[in-house]
Amino acid sequence: MKPPAFLYHDPRSIDEAVALLARLDNARLLAGGQSLMPMLNMRYVLPDHIIDLNRIEALAGVRQIGETLRIGAMTRQRDIAEHPLVRSRLPLMVEALGHVGHRQTRNRGTIGGSLCHLDPAAELVAVAANLDATIEIVGPKGARLLPMAEFALGFMTPAIAPDEMVAAVNLPLPAARHGYAFLEMARRHGDFAIVAVAVVLTLDPAGRIATCAITLGGAAAVPRRMAEAETMLRGAAPDALLFGRAAATARAVDALEDAQVPGWYRRQVAETLIERALATAHRRAVAANGMAS
Amino acid sequence: MTVGGFPQARVLGRDVPRVEDEPLIRGKGRFLDDIALPDMLHAAFLRSPHAHALIRGIDAAAARALPGVAAILTLADLLPCLAETCLKTAMPSPSYRQQLDRPVLADREAVHVGEPIAIALAESRALAEDAAAAVEIDYDPLPVVADCLAALEAGAATAHRGAPSNLVAEMTMGFGDVDRAFEQAPHRFRERLRIHRGGSHSMECRGVVAVPEPVEDRLTVWSSTQMPHAARRLLCDILGLDENRIRVATPDIGGAFGPKLVFYPEEVAVAAAARATGRPVKWVEDRREHFVATAQERDQYWDVELATDADGRILAVRGALVHDHGAWTVRGVNVPQGAMGAMPLAYVVPAYRIGLKVAATNKVPVAPVRGAGQPQGVFAMERLLDAAARGLGLDRAEIRRRNLVPPDRMPYATPLKTRGGIAVTLDSGDYPRCQQMALDGADWSGFPARQAAARAKGRYLGIGLANYVEGTGRGPYEHVSVRIEGSGKIFVATGAAAMGQGTRTMLAQIVAEQLGGDLGRIEVITGDTAAAPLGLGGSNSRQAVMAGSSAHVAARRLRQRVLEIAGQLLEVAPADLEIDGDRVRLKGVAEVSLGLSAIARAAAGQAGFPLPEGGGPGLFAREEVVIDAMTYANGSAVAELEVDIGTGKVTILNLVFAHDCGRALHPRLVEGQLMGGIAHGIGNALYEYMVYDENAQPLTTNLAEYLLVTATEMPPVKILHIESTTPLNPLGIKGVGEAGVIPIGAAVASAVEDALSPWKIKIDRLPLSPVEILALLNAAKARDSL
Amino acid sequence: MSDGGCASRSIAVTVNGSVCRAEAPVRLTLSDFLRQTLHLTGTHLGCEHGVCGACTVLVDGRAMRSCLMLAVQADGHQVTTIEGLAAPDGSLHPLQAAFCRHHGLQCGFCTPGLLTTLVEFLKDCPDPTAAEIREAISGNICRCTGYDSIVAATIEAARALRGDGTTP
Repeated sequence: MKPPAFLYHDPRSIDEAVALLARLDNARLLAGGQSLMPMLNMRYVLPDHIIDLNRIEALAGVRQIGETLRIGAMTRQRDIAEHPLVRSRLPLMVEALGHVGHRQTRNRGTIGGSLCHLDPAAELVAVAANLDATIEIVGPKGARLLPMAEFALGFMTPAIAPDEMVAAVNLPLPAARHGYAFLEMARRHGDFAIVAVAVVLTLDPAGRIATCAITLGGAAAVPRRMAEAETMLRGAAPDALLFGRAAATARAVDALEDAQVPGWYRRQVAETLIERALATAHRRAVAANGMAS
Repeated sequence: MTVGGFPQARVLGRDVPRVEDEPLIRGKGRFLDDIALPDMLHAAFLRSPHAHALIRGIDAAAARALPGVAAILTLADLLPCLAETCLKTAMPSPSYRQQLDRPVLADREAVHVGEPIAIALAESRALAEDAAAAVEIDYDPLPVVADCLAALEAGAATAHRGAPSNLVAEMTMGFGDVDRAFEQAPHRFRERLRIHRGGSHSMECRGVVAVPEPVEDRLTVWSSTQMPHAARRLLCDILGLDENRIRVATPDIGGAFGPKLVFYPEEVAVAAAARATGRPVKWVEDRREHFVATAQERDQYWDVELATDADGRILAVRGALVHDHGAWTVRGVNVPQGAMGAMPLAYVVPAYRIGLKVAATNKVPVAPVRGAGQPQGVFAMERLLDAAARGLGLDRAEIRRRNLVPPDRMPYATPLKTRGGIAVTLDSGDYPRCQQMALDGADWSGFPARQAAARAKGRYLGIGLANYVEGTGRGPYEHVSVRIEGSGKIFVATGAAAMGQGTRTMLAQIVAEQLGGDLGRIEVITGDTAAAPLGLGGSNSRQAVMAGSSAHVAARRLRQRVLEIAGQLLEVAPADLEIDGDRVRLKGVAEVSLGLSAIARAAAGQAGFPLPEGGGPGLFAREEVVIDAMTYANGSAVAELEVDIGTGKVTILNLVFAHDCGRALHPRLVEGQLMGGIAHGIGNALYEYMVYDENAQPLTTNLAEYLLVTATEMPPVKILHIESTTPLNPLGIKGVGEAGVIPIGAAVASAVEDALSPWKIKIDRLPLSPVEILALLNAAKARDSL
Repeated sequence: MSDGGCASRSIAVTVNGSVCRAEAPVRLTLSDFLRQTLHLTGTHLGCEHGVCGACTVLVDGRAMRSCLMLAVQADGHQVTTIEGLAAPDGSLHPLQAAFCRHHGLQCGFCTPGLLTTLVEFLKDCPDPTAAEIREAISGNICRCTGYDSIVAATIEAARALRGDGTTP
């Protein structure tokens, strides 16, 4: 399984990369290669040009700007999981990354690559949606910011023009004392998620739910914020019954069907995982706030 | 690890370091794809994308013009090199109703996705793939046969256009008056089962390198095969050459597990292409090809009944089996026949009859994968026993205890015969004790309390048990020669093939036991027709038994001759001598000794001088110990697991495997075989499914979609050993290569059913996916709420 | 067609401590570069789509699937393969020795990828539990051993690397 023939470019700056994108037809950006290289080896894609982003140092790095974490598109998944800022302020991402492939995948794979590939089951995509991330897109006309909800246009279709590329993702940081959980149903450790759930919530001083974000990955074409459930939970006193009712909103999801996994399965497991994730996130929130459970 | 059953031996039964390890651990193995020769061409095959189609025309003009392309060859282009155009079915069975021999390359009709139609030869594999992609083939799609049950219905389309039907074979296996037993039986239980097994997926796929040797007009073929001598015979027949003109040799093999003992069009096409071009040709199968071109197992449908008396004693078993054979008859009906033969073996079954129908489908041909049908037969029997236990209110272990062949009836002659007509006689073993060991090891009696405690917390645990008896050491022989050369070094050559299981270590150990005890002085050559004149190769857990027996007998004969000659030269009685390393010494008197080198030279003789008395020249022994009867190993597996009723996921918490493979030559190698087999078994039970759609298009064609067990899916495993020495071979050993696979599916199914017993869910199929489990739960809950 | 892109490139990759210079077609994967251009055939190909892990090598000390990298991407970087694990005097790395002692290899095809993965893992996690080891090697498929012996070998090698107790 050898790749087809193509011409290779390795720009050293974002401007150079954008210029290449504008000039070349049938070009593909090569980030970590964990998704593109298998497709090339299997000849599922036949690009005339490969633009390798791995030499653009400006594209990698984690920085805190105010209450936002800016992660460069070419930052390796492993580096994100080990970064002190991520570990202290975004444990949801650390937990999610534990499910992303295997060591070898994370050593090379990037956050930008995952976001642009936009696999419905991708953990980082679900996390970005859950945190209301903003994507920095760069093109010939300069840079623009796009909310994650608008970035994920459709099934594996990000809202990027052919002459644009993702430069970074900005993640608003949850309040310091928040609860979180990332759960997924996968056949084996490290496999693609059949269903994934990300939850972040905060509590008010009385122990009621103040803010709540619930994202379902893998069930629909793009990650789905469970808005109805979030509304139900905001301001409410948390208990198992409430979590059950919130999770039951998954029954209305228009879920993906494929040869091995029917839609009803995704809906049913989504409900189970949302309930479990809420319980875990709540438990962690209580602990973070030093409250009696 | 305790020492195996050879307490007096110096190396037998010990965990000696493997002779294979040194180069492999350094990355200096020599696997097929590591072979690089000057002037070598790389091959890529053009394969049918259709499950069934007429081939109207092949246009390779554009492909031939691509850079680096040496040739694109179809069957027509290869004809000058071929004496025959088809690979004859190996082991044709009297049960065949039609024999479907597949062509070297398909030229008129393609009958499965992946069938090879043309071979592209270029300076690199990438260029060969470019060329293959540029070949245009005009297809006329034909109706597709995608399911073996549908294939046998009246009016079904045929998998081969010219075939009268899809019925490839039918036969009945059995004994006793089954129908009368059922008429009179107070209790009858019926199960309809569907069992799917997947492919072997050795980490190294197939591959062939064919090298023409123009000076003597010979051909050397390196092949990742389990049966080099049979490969040579096949190539001789098809290429029209004598055996002395073709050498088939095996490089290091990165796993095989069955499919590498079948022969394939690609092997012939590569050899023919090498002769046609006069250049070495290499073809390495990639993983995607492995899914569509290498033999695999697939579906079986069983409709079986068990008749028992009021105490749960088996009176009779009968039923019908439909087996999906794929598009060609490549190798007998071994898989279903093995399944039917395995079904009753562990138990006293007074009457038995299974009717088999084998159906052709437009899918990859089916040939044995590790276990070769036995796991399916065991699954069927164990499901019936569970049904009977449930129906009669008996503990599942108890009903089995009442029916296991007891040790005092050994050797137990069943009325069954193997495919070669050899009587199936269970030679040795204590099946009830083995089952009890497994039960004790798993704390079977303490499980109800564990289950109840878990249920109180909303967790669903289950436990399951399965027994098996396995025919091992398939005869009739394996060739081994042992030679001590003038340097004193010992050379062993064998027709046995190595595929990772430590064959060379095993044989070196057996020979070293007789000739000095130092494995470092022994070189073993396996799998090379130039080194061994005959051989049957690796399959059916046979090589330790068959090659081991021949090595043992040959080495003993050689030892006797060595001591005889040494006795003459040292002027002492042979009985007072021992062999230690490379020297023969007088026992207790180290200074009185002779090197093996001196003895070998004395045996070689000198012109004009008499040879040492008592024998002919040289130190060479050749042996093919003939043993027709198989020796029967057995085991019991207990699986304890948890079913997550929210997701359908199954987690095995504990697996206990008690087994008897006779005396263990090398305890650690034995455990390695068992553990590896258990991993395959868990894959068969919960993960491995080769999915095809209704047009026989394969949907799982990569390792992300077809799930192999990784380290995180393996449960804690406890392996317990019993050694019943078999009288059937001089070492008292039984085969162990497939044992680990055989009972796992049945034990897991039983445990899942036990976990879901509050909903009275019956498990009737393998593998079990979380989707299926949740579907069963939903159906049960819907049924309960009515 | 010259849009500034190239079809092959001169690269210099440091492999097992030695700088290797060669002309590499851009579509040549790192795995094929190692195996065919440099004749280091110890790194094996089991799937060429990034699942089986047999092709794992260390790039700048990090375990990566070489079938998912292009040779040209390794230009200027350090690669360690199975052939580079033993000491200069030929003595085996503690992991290699432990694998042999515990029967952690049967056919040996997946072994090189496992060893490079574990070399990196033990640097990151010098005192791992069995569960952590299993997770670390969950991206390496072995079809022969069932993994138990590999885990046992790794535990012993970890001890040796930490310097606790002597290796036999």
